[in-house]
Amino acid sequence: MSSNVKTIREAASRQSTLRGPEEEYRKFLGKRMLFFMILILGVILLASLAVTLGSANLSVKEVYVTILAKFLPGYFQTTRFADTIVWGLRLERILMGIVAGMGLSVAGAAMQGILKNPLASEFTLGVSSAACFGAALAIVMGAGFIGGEYLIVANSFIFTLIASFAVYGLAKYKGITPETMILAGIAIMYLFSAMTSFLQYVGHAEQVQEVVFWMMGSLGRASWDKLSIMTLILILCLPYLLLKSWDINALGAGDETAKSLGVNVERTRVICMLLLSLITASIICFTGTIGFIGLVAPHITRMVIGGDHRFLLPGSALVGALLLLGSDTLARTILAPVILPVGIMTSFLGVPFFVYLFMKRRKEFW
Amino acid sequence: MVKITINDLTFSYNSSAILDGLDLVVEGSEVLGLVGPNGSGKTTLIKCIDRILKPKGSILLDGQEIDRMTQQEIAKRFGYVPQSSSTPLSTTVFDTVLMGRRPHINWRVSDLDLEKVAETLELLHLEDLAMRDFSQLSGGQKQKVLLARALCQEPSVLLLDEPTSNLDMRHQLEVMEMIASLVKSKKISAVMALHDLNLAAMFVDKLAILKGGRIYAAGTPADLLNAKNIKEVYGVEAVVMENLHRPYIVPLRSINSEPACGQ
Repeated sequence: MSSNVKTIREAASRQSTLRGPEEEYRKFLGKRMLFFMILILGVILLASLAVTLGSANLSVKEVYVTILAKFLPGYFQTTRFADTIVWGLRLERILMGIVAGMGLSVAGAAMQGILKNPLASEFTLGVSSAACFGAALAIVMGAGFIGGEYLIVANSFIFTLIASFAVYGLAKYKGITPETMILAGIAIMYLFSAMTSFLQYVGHAEQVQEVVFWMMGSLGRASWDKLSIMTLILILCLPYLLLKSWDINALGAGDETAKSLGVNVERTRVICMLLLSLITASIICFTGTIGFIGLVAPHITRMVIGGDHRFLLPGSALVGALLLLGSDTLARTILAPVILPVGIMTSFLGVPFFVYLFMKRRKEFW
Repeated sequence: MVKITINDLTFSYNSSAILDGLDLVVEGSEVLGLVGPNGSGKTTLIKCIDRILKPKGSILLDGQEIDRMTQQEIAKRFGYVPQSSSTPLSTTVFDTVLMGRRPHINWRVSDLDLEKVAETLELLHLEDLAMRDFSQLSGGQKQKVLLARALCQEPSVLLLDEPTSNLDMRHQLEVMEMIASLVKSKKISAVMALHDLNLAAMFVDKLAILKGGRIYAAGTPADLLNAKNIKEVYGVEAVVMENLHRPYIVPLRSINSEPACGQ
């Protein structure tokens, strides 16, 4: 008891003797925490709203009774129809939006930091175009690594990893620097894009249409199985990235500075990039390529809470979740019962907000 | 007091030798200036001491081979100030300096770390810039912030790669005065690559002149900065004035028949 009182007294006396810069920094930390809380609240509110929206004629009460019935079946009762709509369609789609938004944004934020390039995203490293090629190969040729219902998913996942290793191999040959990785990524991107174009050229009209639709990205293919895989990979990879956030900060200051601060530059860059590719692959193989989120959510976050990856990674995850969930909710309600591809909505929703921040704060960030 | 002993240091980029069997000793709380023409190996030597580059030969820090030290241990002993000033996107001055605590912390930043950063910012008169974006600062301010980051590592040796190269006259003097005073007050050593011989004459305690990847001569500025050495090392005819209580070099002309770079 007395030691607690002593600790509190010490903390209070420290608080009153803080140096100016430290006090300002602590205020900035408070701002970061407030930003996190607003985002968490935003995601919860948006998810709560999104689950009540849709073309099926269900009231708000029916939706929430259906959710509660799953946990407290003795107290709440629902219909099979409502259960299918809420648990079988809406909730898994909403959660998939949240997890996919988080994963793509974390991957974008970390890639931009590690490669010291504000334009880095899953597209820059050829990961997205490799996934498209894998899917196109399955759709047009019916060829792939695993047959059956997972043909497209497995193809895009495996080709994504092939692209990542190819980028790594090419960069390793010249020395793993941000420049070599981006150049190798761009070479791989053009290669897979050309091969996808070739498949579209030789494919039938319906096949080409399916490829194009896949490339636009959608959360419509959500399922609990897919959600579990995506979530598991994100949960496994995220702690390592957060643990390495100091090193990612140091890499942003240049390889020499990072080395002088004790960072094992090559190993950190390679392990992080492979984990980021894995996160991206596990998402886009299920959703198709959803552009913009991975590029812009980190920038929006950076503009508000700065570039320290200890805060930027979780912050980007929350902004990405909010952005993707918001885009998908609009995409499936704005022209209901028609559901627009979410990739189109992410840009429509995100660009104006991004341009606003960009115009308002451009001098400080670019 | 720290002691660095460098023996037979060799480093090559591809097949071209930059350092060629270099020997040097840095001892005590002093500022050692590395001077010499472009390509003589000044920057490379600094990077080799900090293990940013991995040379052949031996570098002992207080009798311990730095080859056998972990990168983390090296980062606690050497603070490196690079020539160029890049930081991650949207990083405040405080965050930039806090990065210097990286060798001392695992993940969580302690009160002590924050205090160290605040103390260093105040020491270098940067407290008013603490929450400014690093990229918005002037060249002189950036250089001081990078110096603050290196100081936050609490090193025994500061390694500075041409710390005044992009600065105007006033900032050059400010930065050099700051380094010289820090070395004395914190009882650390500083090894810095420099181009300006007059600045070197004003602020360094000892000088090592590099030529062709080797130490051409080492000693005090007063002993080494003379017309003969400048002609031999730089291929420049110069007048050295002595009436300012230190050598002051006025270059006259280059000697075209001799190579300016001693390779």
